[in-house]
Amino acid sequence: MRITCPVCGERSVAEFAYEGDATLPRPALDASAEDWCVAVYERENPRGPHAEYWQHAQGCRSWLKVERDTLTHAILGVTLLGRFSGRTGE
Amino acid sequence: MAEYSVFSLIANALTGNRSWKPAWRAATPKPRYDVIIVGGGGHGLATAYYLAKEHGITDVAVLEKGYVGGGNVGRNTTIVRSNYLLPANSHFYEWSMKLWEGLSHDLNYNVMFSQRGVLNLAHSPAQMDAYARRGNAMRLAGIDAELMTREDVARFVPDLDVSPDARFPVHGGLLQPRGGTARHDAVAWGFARGADRRGVDIIENCEVIGFLRDGTGRITGVETTRGEIGAGKVGVAVAGSTSQVLSLAGIQHLPIESHVLQAFVSEPLKPLLDTVVTFGAGHLYISQSDKGGLVFGGDIDGYNSYAQRGNLPIVEDVASLLLTMFPSYGRLRLLRSWGGIMDMSMDGSPIITTGPLPGMYLNSGWCYGGFKATPASGWCFAWTIARDAPHDLNAAFTLDRFHSGAVIDERGAGPVPWHH
Ligand SMILES: Cc1cc2nc3c(=O)[nH]c(=O)nc-3n(C[C@H](O)[C@H](O)[C@H](O)COP(=O)(O)OP(=O)(O)OC[C@H]3O[C@@H](n4cnc5c(N)ncnc54)[C@H](O)[C@@H]3O)c2cc1C
Ligand SMILES: [Zn+2]
Repeated sequence: MRITCPVCGERSVAEFAYEGDATLPRPALDASAEDWCVAVYERENPRGPHAEYWQHAQGCRSWLKVERDTLTHAILGVTLLGRFSGRTGE
Repeated sequence: MAEYSVFSLIANALTGNRSWKPAWRAATPKPRYDVIIVGGGGHGLATAYYLAKEHGITDVAVLEKGYVGGGNVGRNTTIVRSNYLLPANSHFYEWSMKLWEGLSHDLNYNVMFSQRGVLNLAHSPAQMDAYARRGNAMRLAGIDAELMTREDVARFVPDLDVSPDARFPVHGGLLQPRGGTARHDAVAWGFARGADRRGVDIIENCEVIGFLRDGTGRITGVETTRGEIGAGKVGVAVAGSTSQVLSLAGIQHLPIESHVLQAFVSEPLKPLLDTVVTFGAGHLYISQSDKGGLVFGGDIDGYNSYAQRGNLPIVEDVASLLLTMFPSYGRLRLLRSWGGIMDMSMDGSPIITTGPLPGMYLNSGWCYGGFKATPASGWCFAWTIARDAPHDLNAAFTLDRFHSGAVIDERGAGPVPWHH
């Protein structure tokens, strides 16, 4: 598996750290315990396209949102997150 | 089907081994069963076996989408141990160990359970302290554990690099002498044969593609690639496919992620390693199979996957850890590698429970340690299905523990399933 970092270009998956499911909105700080339980523990776990967070930990350290197929491992799209995203993203 | 015995072995040998019968019938689905088990892996087959044996419930079908043994039960590295720290886990896994100790006789099938010991290496004084604590907790729970010095380890595993200039010098280890390995296929086949002999229908090439429900929402059967089948109760034990199968019943979210774990086997060798050793400064576990291959594995790849194959970084990681431990293995050739899909739960512990829908029962969350659990998992799941309530041994393995806060996080890794 290779991921194309919008900043650094195409790199081996070994340079990236997986940071989990990106489909779940983060509840407000004062949201109910039940809302937090759902966000922390409940997963759709799809077999196919999946939105997830990765960090280019051994490269530019940017946080990325990656569309990836969990059945074929094909990378379908990569978006830069955070304050620099407007400059190089999409 | 006849008992296997030394006489049947001799009789069949004298007649050219041409009279052996298949170990279980190729059953065709009936319109209805008292209990349907979805998934013909180790856990599903063990559940059917114990339903019949312990509870007298024999109107049972096990529905398997592929063939018996094609899932994780036939893909794992076969390590069996009960060296857990938290009470819920240690009692459950120790019950499994006790069932393993009598399993070949119980099933009249040689599952080649070999109590060759499982040794966890420690690489720092702090790790030795942690192992002392774990060993004490195990002994208090009636489980065997021995703390080993570096010299003990060197004597126990002669090929291991225990030199002070190793990258992560070995300080000692924790041994569970009753731990070991079992022949994974034999476990699946033995439970399948044992269940079949008690009247259970094992139906292969039969994928569940939907659930039947009555007006109240109760599960009343399943829709399969071989037609509809009614059932009084439906137990689901499909390991890495849990989210997929439950989504067929409208359950879209579970505290489970599916991840890929790889395993490796070397070319066959003469006897070289007579125990199971695990590296403590990284993650690697290794043993030698009865066919002679060194069987080993490491971490899961670490991202959601249904691919049943992993990527090269883990291959490199596992190979380098192996050579760190056993420099002399550097000249061996790798025969094969493969992957299986793990049902990683959010706290690393299993789920064996009634529900989540009326008429349904769930067995899941095995992460990469579910092979050793096979007998106790089937035993507890059968109890839960037969009595509509969990046994004490699985009462903590609920689905709602994630909402009540009673998680069982053996590793202390938090809700990050790829770190368990
Ligand atoms: C590489 C690897 C190494 C491992 N090493 C160890 C180890 O050393 N020690 C240990 O204790 N554990 C180990 N494990 C974990 C262990 O193998 C699993 O936790 C355990 O086998 C899972 O339970 P099972 O046997 O019932 O799963 P499986 O054998 O996967 O059974 C599930 C079955 O459900 C079937 N199924 C899925 N969907 C459907 C459907 N819709 N309809 C009908 N059937 C369906 C599948 O085809 C499959 O046969 C390892 C796993 C892997 C992959
Ligand atoms: Zn980058």
